[in-house]
Amino acid sequence: MTALGELHFRPLNVGRWVVWGFTAVVFIAAPQIFTSGFARALLSQMGILIIFALSYNMLLGQTGLLSFGHAVYSGLGAYFAIHALALIGKGALAFPVSLLPLIGGAAGLFFSVVFGWLTTKRAGTTFAMISLGIGEMVFAASLMFPAFFGGEAGISGNRTAGPPLLGIDGLTLGPDIQVYYLIATWTFVCMIATYALTHTPLGRIANAVRDNPERAEFIGYDAQRVRWIMMMLAGFFAGVSGGLSAINLESVGSGAVHALVSGGVLLAAYIGGVLFFFGPILGSVVFVFFAFALSEYTPAWHLYLGVFFVLLVMFAPGGLASLILLNLRVAKFGKFRRLRDPYVGVIGTGGLLAAGIVLLIEMTYHQTLGIGSGSSVRVFGFPFDTARGESWVFGALVVAAAGVAFEYMRRRFKSEWDAIAVEIEDWRRDNPEQDQ
Amino acid sequence: MNLELFLVQLLNGVSYGLLLFMLAAGLTLIFSMMGVLNFAHTSFYMIGAYVAYQLSVWIGFWAALLAAPLLVGLLGAAVERWGLRRVHKWGHVPELLFTFGLSYIAFELVQVVWGRAAVPYQVPGELDGPVAWLQAAGITFPRYRLFMMAVAILMLAALWLLLKRTRIGLVIQAALSHPEMAEALGHNVPRVFMLVFGAGCALAGLAGVIGGNAFVTEPGMAAAVGAIVFVVIVLGGLGSLAGAFIASLLLGLIDAFGKTSGASLAGLLSSAGIDLAPQTVGHPLLTMTVAQIAPVLPYLLLVLILIFRPRGLMGTRES
Repeated sequence: MTALGELHFRPLNVGRWVVWGFTAVVFIAAPQIFTSGFARALLSQMGILIIFALSYNMLLGQTGLLSFGHAVYSGLGAYFAIHALALIGKGALAFPVSLLPLIGGAAGLFFSVVFGWLTTKRAGTTFAMISLGIGEMVFAASLMFPAFFGGEAGISGNRTAGPPLLGIDGLTLGPDIQVYYLIATWTFVCMIATYALTHTPLGRIANAVRDNPERAEFIGYDAQRVRWIMMMLAGFFAGVSGGLSAINLESVGSGAVHALVSGGVLLAAYIGGVLFFFGPILGSVVFVFFAFALSEYTPAWHLYLGVFFVLLVMFAPGGLASLILLNLRVAKFGKFRRLRDPYVGVIGTGGLLAAGIVLLIEMTYHQTLGIGSGSSVRVFGFPFDTARGESWVFGALVVAAAGVAFEYMRRRFKSEWDAIAVEIEDWRRDNPEQDQ
Repeated sequence: MNLELFLVQLLNGVSYGLLLFMLAAGLTLIFSMMGVLNFAHTSFYMIGAYVAYQLSVWIGFWAALLAAPLLVGLLGAAVERWGLRRVHKWGHVPELLFTFGLSYIAFELVQVVWGRAAVPYQVPGELDGPVAWLQAAGITFPRYRLFMMAVAILMLAALWLLLKRTRIGLVIQAALSHPEMAEALGHNVPRVFMLVFGAGCALAGLAGVIGGNAFVTEPGMAAAVGAIVFVVIVLGGLGSLAGAFIASLLLGLIDAFGKTSGASLAGLLSSAGIDLAPQTVGHPLLTMTVAQIAPVLPYLLLVLILIFRPRGLMGTRES
């Protein structure tokens, strides 16, 4: 684990205000640039997932707790929020719909107090297993009590219920764009809150507990209590994201507490990079592309996501954020020009290799699953006839040729990259006073 | 419950428990040796079932019984050699996440090859039908279940002999407790790791071969048993084979008896002379039968163990 100073959210040393201001501008402008309903739905999903992934990263990145059951807190938060929404619809509860995420957050907080007491008794691998067990238990229970969980169909509500937002006529939360701005506001507030938390004494001591629980105890902190408190905070923000998704979808089913949701947020946070504050934000954007955009085109998106994730774990365990920062460092030292040609080669041949593999997988999947749609399948817009041997030979040839070329390019890239890394380290060693 | 039914449930529970232990044993061995919790362990179980189905179509069940675990073991060794070993230097969390990613890939890959529905993996004809001599005693118990128990016990005995009575077992035990020392004495510890990982996966594969046709061979089978196996090893105490054995049998029995029990809290109270009216607070909860709450029983047990004995039944390791 490197020193915290290196992990700071400080790309190119621009001021914090500029970064947050820019983020706000992006949040405001995004739906004006991407105006289709589908794009705006994606943006809303991204906002919700950003909160969820940041909450997840309070555990994994900050406290070192690998959870396989984080959907418990977002899911139960969503359930409480949707029940509250249903009550508002009946007029039995006077509560502004825009503040429903607070109810979700309270539910998430409550359950993380209860379950967190159990799970944080142990850290490390045991914690991971216990969180998985709690997750499975809640999911099994959700099928057992249809009165609260609504079974497979779930519980629905109507987000236009209650008085309009801020008393302004027309702000009913009916149109998607209004929901987007509500989500964006919540996301922005939660981003600031979670970022601020990393600078509090609690956030710092959580890092200490992550890195060396024994020494944290020597200086007088109860490691279990620190883990528990972080768990509660994470549960609260997870509940907020659940409440927002209840408003967004107007319905919550038992899928909300399923292990796939827990796994999804783990993938999102890790893909982005758990050691950097902005990592999970980046990862959420990428994950939503996989889960909601790519799934429109292929039934095998889980496979591509899994392969992407495994490659990242193998070759860039710091996630996309670390890749970006490493390249920024190379650029800062003015050596990026030397990487340009190797990059073109690696990305070109790697893309071709991936395309060949995708072609073979899509053709196989079409043959296994394709019922009644003939033997032709469109991959990247081109038709391929799975009944003809030529398609398969073509795919295999692309994979073989691109594989050889990629391996050559990869070696060239690696030698150049390693040489640059050595040069930078040498320079830093020789000029410690100019470094940072 | 009469005696015959009780015996049938007991046998069902023990055979399921032994299957769980075949999975938990490999997982525990890999964990205590490499510190890696193999999240994809039950994916190898699933792959074992699918490969055995394919092989039993091509070369028959008995050949598949031998060949499928070998193939799965080779696959596991390859995963260790070219995947896990590379991730090892990043630490335990990336290792766990690597296997987590593998479970995603395996889940989707079997669907690419064999489709989304269950495959018709059948019990071989010789083993179909009830056991004759038990039938004579009035107990109807499938012959295949008895075969499963025999395979599991044979395999576990072989594993025990291998670990305790052979030179390879000695090296494995040495590499387990003192990897640096074993390496200094000239043993190739990374290769031992690869062998153990492969062997653990082969065990999971074997469990898949005999479990796939006893239950259902479908893409969800890995996740269905996965969470239970993790409960087993936490219950037994992480890294303890004996604890895993007790916990497997316990969960197997709970599964068999729980699913068929009509007992409920309300029934218990009424046999004590207290009859509940439907308007009593919590009435729906009190009238739920054990069979209805059977899916959460293993996890409730996990919660209880965590409250009263956080290190597990036989665990010694504090994390």
